[in-house]
Amino acid sequence: MSEHIVSPKIYFTIFASLMVGTAITVWAAFQNFGPFNIVIALGIATVKATLVVLYFMHARYSPKRTHLVIICAVFWLAIMLALTLTDYQSRPILSHRAAPSAVHQLPV
Amino acid sequence: MHRTGELYGQFQTLEQQKETAALGMWIFLVTEVLFFGGMFLTYTINRHAYPAAFGMGSNTLDIYLGGFNTVVLILSSLTMAMAVWSAQVGKKTLVTSFLILTLILGGTFLGVKVVEYKQKFDHHLIPGYHFDISYCAKSPTNCADLSPAARETEDKQLEEAERLDPDLNNHAQLYFSLYFGMTGLHALHMIVGAGLLLWLLKESVGGRFSPAYNTPVEIVGLYWHFVDIVWIYLFPLLYLIDRKAGR
Repeated sequence: MSEHIVSPKIYFTIFASLMVGTAITVWAAFQNFGPFNIVIALGIATVKATLVVLYFMHARYSPKRTHLVIICAVFWLAIMLALTLTDYQSRPILSHRAAPSAVHQLPV
Repeated sequence: MHRTGELYGQFQTLEQQKETAALGMWIFLVTEVLFFGGMFLTYTINRHAYPAAFGMGSNTLDIYLGGFNTVVLILSSLTMAMAVWSAQVGKKTLVTSFLILTLILGGTFLGVKVVEYKQKFDHHLIPGYHFDISYCAKSPTNCADLSPAARETEDKQLEEAERLDPDLNNHAQLYFSLYFGMTGLHALHMIVGAGLLLWLLKESVGGRFSPAYNTPVEIVGLYWHFVDIVWIYLFPLLYLIDRKAGR
């Protein structure tokens, strides 16, 4: 198995896509999409990050064990974000049931 | 350690050696994802709790400098990728040129960051005793010669934000603590990356990288692109909150 060489043409195409993504991000930030502004911003950022990982970082041409490592990174990040945010979101609900003195007053 | 050319004794082929090194770098990057992830999590919780203060803080940032830096950093990722390609096809002088370009672009990014930090010092936006968010949040750079109409919009926005969040000044400090923490950590990674690039440059001038052996270029490339990805998220999250007109 010889290594895969990504051609400059692909690199320049990805660079152009990232520039377009940046332009759309800035444009979208000045529009009023209500609660969807943040969704759009993070969506575009994730598409850009995926392009960087797949092509600039050669993940697309890497062995499966590299894919496993990348999936693990995303999975553990998701665990950290999801479980912590669930905790913060549920505190106001639970604080109605518990005695006030037993509840830590943290920002929610 | 026993070594034949660039091949260390514990490996059978250069390719196996390179794949092993790349795997090690990827695993390091997993720890980096979680490291930065903690800061993004802190950001999310606080932004959710104090949206008005975060919007106000974000609007003080210069979107042109931030946008310029985004372009510069993505461009530096392109030149880094091209350095890897040059090494893979054996164009030795091109490797050096692309590494120098990457280093210059990285330096430009850090230089602009210095200008931005200096502005925040001048505008009393460093968390601490003298912190003052009411100082022309929308256009701090030309606060002294604002037109009366612009001044009025400015004051109205501040009033509105203070109505939504009576403790605006303290909560805006949270935003700026996170701003300096996250961009500072990112800049620290850039400085480490610049050091690595200097080392690559030294080896590259010595003609060390060839189609057979270019592992260090590839590995530093992975790190450099990761730092780029962090900025891809930082730019919209820090610079682009509540930019829409008439919020």
